Amino acid sequence: MDFSITKKQQMIRKITREFAETYIAPVAEESDKNSQLDPNVFKLIKEMNYFGICIPRKYGGAGLHNDTISFAIIVEEIGRVDASWAITVGVHCSVVAYPLYIFGTEEQKQKFLIPLATGEKLGAFALTEANAGSDAAGIETSAVLDGDEWVLNGSKIFATNGGIAKTLLVAAKTGQRGRKSIFSVFIVDTDTKGFSVGVKEDKLGVRASNTSELVFQDVRVPKENVLGGVGNGYQIVLKILDFGRILIAAQCVGLGQAALEASVKYANEREQFGRKIGKFQGIQWKIADMGCAIESARLLTYKAAYMCDHGMDYGLASSMAKLVASEAAMQATHYAVQIHGGYGLMKAYQVERFFRDAKVAEIYEGTSEIQRMVIANRLLRQTF
Amino acid sequence: MKVFVCIKQVPGVAEVKIDVTTGKLIREGVPSIINPVDKHAIELALQIKEEQGAEVIALSMGPPQAEEALREALAMGVDKAYLLTDKEFAGADTLATSYTLALAIRKILQESEKNEKYLVICGLQAIDGDTAQVGPELAEELNIPQITYVQKIEFKGDKIIAESALRQDEVMVMETRLPALITVLKEINIPRFPTLIGIVDAYEKKEVVYLDTRQLNADKRKIGLTGSQTQVWKIFVPQQKGEHIKLSGSVKEMVKQLCQYLKEDKIL
Ligand SMILES: Cc1cc2nc3c(=O)[nH]c(=O)nc-3n(C[C@H](O)[C@H](O)[C@H](O)COP(=O)(O)OP(=O)(O)OC[C@H]3O[C@@H](n4cnc5c(N)ncnc54)[C@H](O)[C@@H]3O)c2cc1C
Repeated sequence: MDFSITKKQQMIRKITREFAETYIAPVAEESDKNSQLDPNVFKLIKEMNYFGICIPRKYGGAGLHNDTISFAIIVEEIGRVDASWAITVGVHCSVVAYPLYIFGTEEQKQKFLIPLATGEKLGAFALTEANAGSDAAGIETSAVLDGDEWVLNGSKIFATNGGIAKTLLVAAKTGQRGRKSIFSVFIVDTDTKGFSVGVKEDKLGVRASNTSELVFQDVRVPKENVLGGVGNGYQIVLKILDFGRILIAAQCVGLGQAALEASVKYANEREQFGRKIGKFQGIQWKIADMGCAIESARLLTYKAAYMCDHGMDYGLASSMAKLVASEAAMQATHYAVQIHGGYGLMKAYQVERFFRDAKVAEIYEGTSEIQRMVIANRLLRQTF
Repeated sequence: MKVFVCIKQVPGVAEVKIDVTTGKLIREGVPSIINPVDKHAIELALQIKEEQGAEVIALSMGPPQAEEALREALAMGVDKAYLLTDKEFAGADTLATSYTLALAIRKILQESEKNEKYLVICGLQAIDGDTAQVGPELAEELNIPQITYVQKIEFKGDKIIAESALRQDEVMVMETRLPALITVLKEINIPRFPTLIGIVDAYEKKEVVYLDTRQLNADKRKIGLTGSQTQVWKIFVPQQKGEHIKLSGSVKEMVKQLCQYLKEDKIL
């Protein structure tokens, strides 16, 4: 057993950290305030090849499709300065580009994957609907075959990158078996007639990340745009989310780390009762708990990534990583605000943003309740 | 054309701490970085490659862990990297260092096309030693012209025209034929970040070639501690003695203030 990361992975961490601190961190506060991703950072992230991390070179990516640990490290380091950018890149790569690489036909890869991997186009993944969140099988957006085209109708909500994406993966109902819906995943170009972006959400956290409603009115999609075969949508979505959760976990590790670093700095500076607050046991215990929670989350995240890279069944590991990491980030950012006292509520201190940014991770890509359900189901069926 | 870039791995200065009791640098846990101005040298070499076409070769003398600095240079886009490493190179001063670097450059030139023109680029100085001597001494070793403190450079056929800011408030424009050596200032450019593809290639497609005393056929009297004309006797943190007063204002005002202080201290 070896816990060390490779020299290449160390370099990826070092450079991503420098890049994130140089270009993303200085504009993070402004982006949060304006609910807008900085266009210059967009350009730079594209140049850095971060939009094609887990995609092979021949499809325009960086070639780290078998190195999910590096992928996690990148998302972690971006998340350490700005959770919004971490989720923008994480979602684009993990639940749009990567599924196209895994499930796509050669034509689909040529047409849709390459522009995603090079960062020419941004991707979004649309599953959630107003009446179907945790119960994803309850989606109502429908697709009906008409000649050589599928006709999509319905609407999706809360799609990350939705309002700025050019390529969407959309889950829609394509049939019924008894009381169960059958669905399929469609690749939809946002230039297609009948598609429109609805409400852009104004949120508590990850404010710079675009979260939008997507509306489909008789959107005609060519037959070739079904991903992974008609009727296989449910299985594909589950697999997509298994992978995606590793990156949500990574985002949380980065965010938690940022909260810890800010807290350590503050605890070593701020004085009350004639000494640094870091000298008080009440603060020390919080720091210790934060450190333990973040390190556990990091190990679980890398373990899930490792299992994925080694062809092992990593679904349970990624659920555990996502659950532990999102709760670690929530706890760490909560403590970080507490350690900062009143200043922690002020916009002048980053921990105010960190605290708001953490919450969503306990919700998207499966709430903590759903993760516990999935994990318990797996464990209860397991023989030890 | 070949462009050689000489880089040094140094302790990241922002993090360097000094043990107050022993007065020594604490190196443990301090991350190593490419000497900051050397990154500008690499950037310049890459720009020359992009504009003129050239093979960019990075050289570093140092312990095996300096390979990391060379990998980073490769990730930025450098074509080849050589690490001059040997126990016998240890303790080298600027003279022994430039001798060793010159051997490597000559060796590489011997193995390539005859009379291929070349340019050597060094950063002005390293943040740990701060001597600014290796560049000029290397030019002497190679017996080629040098332009130091370069803040801008232009190619004209076989020649380069460089702006040197050697003296404060004064820019000298100089021209020389290649081969030549220049040392550059930070002002010359903004170094690029290695892309993800660059990093992956640096580890999977490119290599760092190790060169030791034997491969360089080095004269043992000229390398390492033995070859050094200067030796570090002691590194210490200067003790602050007494108080410092900084005077400001016009010369007249400052003189007046100074006299007053001297009177107060009963010196005048
Ligand atoms: C910022 C943001 C970005 C998002 N990005 C995307 C995206 O890119 N693509 C996409 O498709 N979706 C996205 N989502 C949607 C997200 O995945 C859903 O919000 C999430 O799955 C929960 O669904 P819901 O909001 O409908 O909550 P509900 O499912 O209504 O849940 C409400 C509460 O009930 C609990 N609950 C539900 N069922 C059970 C149960 N069986 N047992 C116990 N408790 C239960 C939940 O845990 C939760 O606490 C995003 C959401 C947000 C906020």
